[in-house]
Amino acid sequence: MAISNDILIRVEHLTKSYNDGAVLALNDCNVEVRRGEVVAIIGPSGSGKSTLLRSLNLLETPTSGAVYFDGVNLADPSMNIDRHRQKMGMVFQHFNLFPHKTVLQNITMAPVNLKKKTPSQAQAQAMALLERIGLSDKANEYPNMLSGGQKQRIAIVRALAMEPEVMLFDEPTSALDPEMVGEVLDLMRSLAKDGMTMVVVTHEMGFAREVADRVVFMANGAILEQGTPSQIFDAPKDPRLRDFLAKVL
Amino acid sequence: MPWNDLFTNMGNTNFFNFSFLPKYATAFVRGFEYTLLLAVVSVLLAVVPALLLALMRLSKNRLVKGISGAYIALFRSTPLLVQLSIIYFGLFHYIELPRILLFGFIAINRFIPGVVALALNSSAYVAEIFRAGILAVDKGQMEAARSLGLSAWQSMRLVVLPQAIKNVLPALANEVVTMVKESSICSVLGMAEIMYTAQAVAGNSYITLAPYVLAALIYFCINYPASKAIEAVERRMRRGDK
Repeated sequence: MAISNDILIRVEHLTKSYNDGAVLALNDCNVEVRRGEVVAIIGPSGSGKSTLLRSLNLLETPTSGAVYFDGVNLADPSMNIDRHRQKMGMVFQHFNLFPHKTVLQNITMAPVNLKKKTPSQAQAQAMALLERIGLSDKANEYPNMLSGGQKQRIAIVRALAMEPEVMLFDEPTSALDPEMVGEVLDLMRSLAKDGMTMVVVTHEMGFAREVADRVVFMANGAILEQGTPSQIFDAPKDPRLRDFLAKVL
Repeated sequence: MPWNDLFTNMGNTNFFNFSFLPKYATAFVRGFEYTLLLAVVSVLLAVVPALLLALMRLSKNRLVKGISGAYIALFRSTPLLVQLSIIYFGLFHYIELPRILLFGFIAINRFIPGVVALALNSSAYVAEIFRAGILAVDKGQMEAARSLGLSAWQSMRLVVLPQAIKNVLPALANEVVTMVKESSICSVLGMAEIMYTAQAVAGNSYITLAPYVLAALIYFCINYPASKAIEAVERRMRRGDK
């Protein structure tokens, strides 16, 4: 899991405001993600963590600033964002599996419709992915038959089926019952071990500390501190980070 | 009138004086077929324009949105009878239709204007049904589809619309039922559907009430089972839902 010096995502002066600037959701954020790196974004709720993450694949349109991915600025309106999103998997808090499709169809839909794979190739790949997470017996079930943990693992696998260069996780365990958090974190841990580049918005401090290469702390839409887990958790400098850690640890 | 007169004294205003039936049963069967054809063809023709109108209504482009909004407002705020008259005497004054009989009893030159008017009217209502259905699909579904790299239209077609259509099935069923009933208005233009047949039979046989009672029965026998059937389909489709 070597982290290269190759910068995969670079966010420059990213700002997002609502109501003609009355509400500032993101305030001049600058962050870099290198290939193979796991970056955890932490901070109190409403701090802009999710907004920042969702700006990386333009689910949120930034008001100003740039998001460079593979060297191109995604925030440029003339950019074909769909092509770049194919290389950026995303996992949501509420899973967002497609309820009218079976597990297998959920996984194969994008690769087949985007002509990345033939239906039989996509199916073989989906079965291999399901095998990996021990859910191959659920291939023909509908999402409503699954537990929260199973749904989220399948949502992760659905994103992986596009063979992305980076995976974005938006509070992936926040909507889960406590006994199901472990299985999802285990899968994320194993992805990290395989060298997947990951950006994870999380409230799981244990996970951030153990798995992340770098931790980013946000409050009020701004990045206040970033560093290695030991720098952030053992020697926090910013008073708001200290205050936050005192509350959550 | 004692109550047992209801069945014995078959006067011209008796509820159940169906003595016209031997002579006019065929006319009613044809009226039944005419109504069904009118309603089903109209709603089928309305679905695609309605979907288009709904998508236009949800567009970010103001002009596109405005055109759709104006169309919907126009057709929902004027009576169907007025629309039918304008389309029949206005639009189809300039369009020459052949005098062909479809299935031997449906005059094309009256049927087509009727279908066009009903479809145009219905598409305004169905558009609003579709719009509500699309908006009722969780926002996360579109986001998940887009995050996989699918285009806006692919996400709409593969993810949002299938769920939206499922959401609106009961409302759509109501629209078909409504159209079966509303199509009775076409009788004023001489389209030989159920209502027109009842009027004609009442006029010819001097039995003034029972033909309309029969018409009511026929309408009921179309609409009630139809709405029940669609409810059943909806229940089956819901199996995949969360």
